[in-house]
Amino acid sequence: MFTIIGERINTTLGNIKKAVENKDIEYIREDVKKQTQCGATYIDVNAGARIGHEEEDMKWLLEIVQGATDLPLCLDSPDPQILETAYALVNKTPMINSISLEKDRFDSMIPFLKGKNCKIIALCMDDSGMPKTSEDIINRAKTIVGELENIGMKRDDIFVDPLIQPMSVDNNNGTMVMDAVKAIMQDLGGVHTTGGLSNISYGLPKRKIINRSFLLMMMANGFDSAIMDPLDKDIMAALKTGEMLAGHDNYCMNFLTSVRAGEIEA
Amino acid sequence: MAITDILNAVVSLKKEDVVENVIAEINKGTQVDDILNKGLIEAMDVVGARFSSGEVFVPEMLMAAKAMQAGLEVLKPYLSSDTAAQKGTVIIGTVKGDLHDIGKNLVAMMVEGAGFNIIDLGVDVDTDKFVTEAQIHNADVVCLSALLTTTMPAMARTVEAIKEAGLKVKTIIGGAPVTDAYARQIGADGFSDNAPGAVALIRKLVAVAA
Repeated sequence: MFTIIGERINTTLGNIKKAVENKDIEYIREDVKKQTQCGATYIDVNAGARIGHEEEDMKWLLEIVQGATDLPLCLDSPDPQILETAYALVNKTPMINSISLEKDRFDSMIPFLKGKNCKIIALCMDDSGMPKTSEDIINRAKTIVGELENIGMKRDDIFVDPLIQPMSVDNNNGTMVMDAVKAIMQDLGGVHTTGGLSNISYGLPKRKIINRSFLLMMMANGFDSAIMDPLDKDIMAALKTGEMLAGHDNYCMNFLTSVRAGEIEA
Repeated sequence: MAITDILNAVVSLKKEDVVENVIAEINKGTQVDDILNKGLIEAMDVVGARFSSGEVFVPEMLMAAKAMQAGLEVLKPYLSSDTAAQKGTVIIGTVKGDLHDIGKNLVAMMVEGAGFNIIDLGVDVDTDKFVTEAQIHNADVVCLSALLTTTMPAMARTVEAIKEAGLKVKTIIGGAPVTDAYARQIGADGFSDNAPGAVALIRKLVAVAA
């Protein structure tokens, strides 16, 4: 099943930052309810934007979000102390966003992850910067998955993020991640691949059609999760259609159910 | 043949035409400073304005910059060596801990396209390095970039270090999570959320200082 990580509860987004500042409980609740209804698998919670207030904001958000949904959460912070606090407060097995091969981040995240019951997003980032070729991505994926297995994490709990970069600045940015995802899903059987889909369309107009076209091309290469906006009806329709076409939807039942529910139009 | 042909060639993203027209103007004996300022640089201003208004997009800005640079290469042997330095020297980099350079690269490209002497320190730049490079090059403006909320405090530290070192250089900041309010909070001299905006800001700061 495709794992949809709903990206909307993020304080770097102006509306959410404002809601957090004004302690607007109803606004957050409504958003989370909508993400849940629209088919999110996880709700990402990022409280990082108000510098110096991350712990307080994270605690506040976790209480509201968990009051509005039964879905598990994706705890989005690079700070293991914040993650410890958040981990203690969640009701369901969370996903952690994220670890990378950048030395400081890696060294501080490994002790946090040891012995925890959680899923993890593993970024293909190291101290030399963003990956420049699909080989870069594949090599980093192998290294980080190996390290996570060494501390006892199961492949099924690992979501490798190949780092989607904008098409607008390099013609190869699409094929680079698609080739890498294909290799990762084959060579590291059992792991998942995920990523921030909308990065692909930065700097271009009509971003939504780029995002959903790219999602389908990625899915054809085995991509089985995305950090995305489940309220975007068109991309959700494309996703369900893609799942059906990839053979992940027996007798096309989910597709047909979604059509009857008015979720897919053409 | 006229300088406007150079401008039009850049704006219509035609690199070969830019080169051809620059050569033609040089051969005609047109002032090289005019070719630079009224042809190449003004063209990038047009492109920047169209980008800001949403008429053109990042790939077109990249192509325009490439076309402009091709023209500049032809012109360089004729320009006095300090032409770029006269407009001002700008240092740019992503702050310590931040490896995301797409935004930084776009700004660097547009600042160069505006005729400034740009020194790109790359990614993950130490606070000390910003200070020493600003000193060595007698920079007018230092541009700090960050994409992550976690690396924003490194901007504050860098701005502080530059002030402590007693440099007169101006500091400006940018990047997805960065706001005008944050710029004021950390004592930076300005903020922009896009590349042409950064160029306008640098021009303003350099003009005030001059």
